[in-house]
Amino acid sequence: MNELLKANILKWFGKGKRYDGRGLDEFRAVVIEQGVTKNAEGSARVKVGDTEVIAGVKLSVEKPYPDTPKDGNLLVNVELLPLSSPDFEAGPPGEEAIEVARVVDRGLRESKAIDIRKLCVQEGEKVWAVSIDICTINAAGNLLDASALAAVAALKNARFPEYDGKTVDYKSMTDKKLPIARFPVSVTVTKIGDSIFVDPTVEEEKVVDSRLTVAITDGGRICAMQKGGNSPLSIDEIGRMIDLAVAKAAELSKQL
Amino acid sequence: MGYDKRVDGRKPDELRPIVAKAGVIKRADGSAMFKIGDTVAYAAVYGPRDLFPKFLQDPQRGILRCKYNMMPFSGAGDRVRPGGSRRSKEISMVTEKALLPVLNLEDFPNAVVDVFIELPQTDAGTRCAGICAAAIALADAGLSMKDMVASVSVGKVDNMVAVDLNYAEESYEGGDVADVPVAFIPRTGQISLLQMDGLIDGESLKRALEMGRKACMQISEIQKKALKEKF
Amino acid sequence: MGELLVADKSIVVPGEEVAAGMDFLPTEGVYRDGDKLVASRLGLLAVDGRLVKLIPLSGKYLPKRGDVIIGKVTDVTISGWRTDINSAYTAMLSMKDATSEFIARGADLTRYFTFGDYLVTKIVNVTSQNLVDLTMKGPGLRKLSEGRIIAVAPNKVPRIIGKQGSMVSMIKDATGCRIIVGQNGIVWLQGDPDQELVAVSALRKIENESHISGLTDRIKVFLDGEVKRLHLAPSMNAGNDGGSEGGRSEFSEREFQQ
Repeated sequence: MNELLKANILKWFGKGKRYDGRGLDEFRAVVIEQGVTKNAEGSARVKVGDTEVIAGVKLSVEKPYPDTPKDGNLLVNVELLPLSSPDFEAGPPGEEAIEVARVVDRGLRESKAIDIRKLCVQEGEKVWAVSIDICTINAAGNLLDASALAAVAALKNARFPEYDGKTVDYKSMTDKKLPIARFPVSVTVTKIGDSIFVDPTVEEEKVVDSRLTVAITDGGRICAMQKGGNSPLSIDEIGRMIDLAVAKAAELSKQL
Repeated sequence: MGYDKRVDGRKPDELRPIVAKAGVIKRADGSAMFKIGDTVAYAAVYGPRDLFPKFLQDPQRGILRCKYNMMPFSGAGDRVRPGGSRRSKEISMVTEKALLPVLNLEDFPNAVVDVFIELPQTDAGTRCAGICAAAIALADAGLSMKDMVASVSVGKVDNMVAVDLNYAEESYEGGDVADVPVAFIPRTGQISLLQMDGLIDGESLKRALEMGRKACMQISEIQKKALKEKF
Repeated sequence: MGELLVADKSIVVPGEEVAAGMDFLPTEGVYRDGDKLVASRLGLLAVDGRLVKLIPLSGKYLPKRGDVIIGKVTDVTISGWRTDINSAYTAMLSMKDATSEFIARGADLTRYFTFGDYLVTKIVNVTSQNLVDLTMKGPGLRKLSEGRIIAVAPNKVPRIIGKQGSMVSMIKDATGCRIIVGQNGIVWLQGDPDQELVAVSALRKIENESHISGLTDRIKVFLDGEVKRLHLAPSMNAGNDGGSEGGRSEFSEREFQQ
């Protein structure tokens, strides 16, 4: 359906150029703003070029899962709101929303970004549950990386409400922050033709051959990955994609 | 005692501070943000566009479809489970009916205009803020409209008839509270949204509606200004 | 006597009273309510003698007979091609209007046009239900095989084209790009990568500033500055091989100015 677009994008890559004039390793302007909505215990707005998402953290006290009685609960949910793109429809989350949520979730969980042991109130009975909801406001490409950034920024912004052992009093907030140990960052490296690059636009996403989302935690260690797109990748390509992701992640982390 | 002084020090007929902005969502055909006090609404308009399934189409005019939604972290207290509720369905419906009277959709038979309203932060009056944002977004999308639609909640807290109740007032426990969301078509003074819950006497209600009309005239000026400020 | 309540060329919004008295006559985007004329959409007020109308600043493309537009093939049916024309409605190109060639019954229509093809095409008919028919028979009507497609606000198309095509010609001359502006707001460009981006920026600038006077001069200054910047920059133009032919669109501008 998009042969003309693809041919044109490829022609530009042939000249060492991106369709919108950017370099292959260049992100659009990234703006992170914390504390953007009052009723969430933590929140952040992330803009990557024209892409805009809001993440909100809600904290509550729940029963832990039976297999992890000492661990706090973590939930990551992504709402690709129909408000944010003509391509999104109202209704329950589709594959794309679930993929973004799960990739963000793995980045947080596997990096042990939150020290979930410290969320235990009473073993086997009560633990803090951290719910992160990410809502898209304007979907203009690279929601994966924007969502991951927003999730971490919102966690960083979060404060515990008062809890007397029975009920959570959302009206009185404490100064106590979440036990955050690390700040993982995701970078999605996209491949079209023979070119690999970061931070795709909507147009580039329409004709993507393959992509690799790499979640990176401190020391440049990789903590989660997700390959997308319909074309396979060689080990060599994956190597180059990871190198690019690690380099960009170091830059993005500075903004957190 | 009774409720003789508003919690935030406003006069009975005084609105909370309002910020309105048009064109905040680039991918939409029209969009707006409307903030009143601590309630924030975004609205995006898509269309007129193709409508499927076909049996929903009206061969004489385009149809309007609204969807109101609170973001999961928008409310004081517990997380709002995503996916819609009976409440959000009903609000979507009354929002549609509040906006429809001003829209001229005859040029777009069989098509649909979609309005999506999202609330990232709430402190009462959410449907009214949503309607205010949606009206700006519809105008921003270039649709033909006889007028704007402005909306606010009015009501009575104990003995005080007041406009634009906030959450603390809606949940006042020292006496009866009536919450009456209304929407006005400013030029004609007609009401296109009217709901109410709580307890109120007829005379107070009439006074509240008159207060609401005046407040909506102010709101419509802010809406118009937001549209002009885009250019 | 009638009087204008807002100045000519100012931005007005739905519900705003623009004139009082019975002397003025409402036309596009304006309606009468008692002795007042009231705006019914967001636009620029345009007063021509007694006639009062609005020039819209936003809104979807409404298909009009005779318009030359750029459409995208979204479906191949038994009798022709369905195309997305950037409007609330799709349009049909039937076999008989697609080519003067004879197409045998049951022939594979994708040999002519297929999914995703962009066509410069002309609207031959619009029914009351907004069913739209297209033709490929006419000068310049063709399939686009290379180049960039962008969408601009359809209401800004007249400003992008300019008087007698002056605006678009200026952009073509400055950037060496080939440009076709469809009445439906779909624009095709082709040129050297850097120059093409300058042309796109110029189009966006027109889109955003068309309501502010002195547009032509501003665009001229913008283009001069950008093109000069490109020439000073280390050569990224090595791939430019079509310079001599650039700027010439192969058919008359007039096609796009109805």
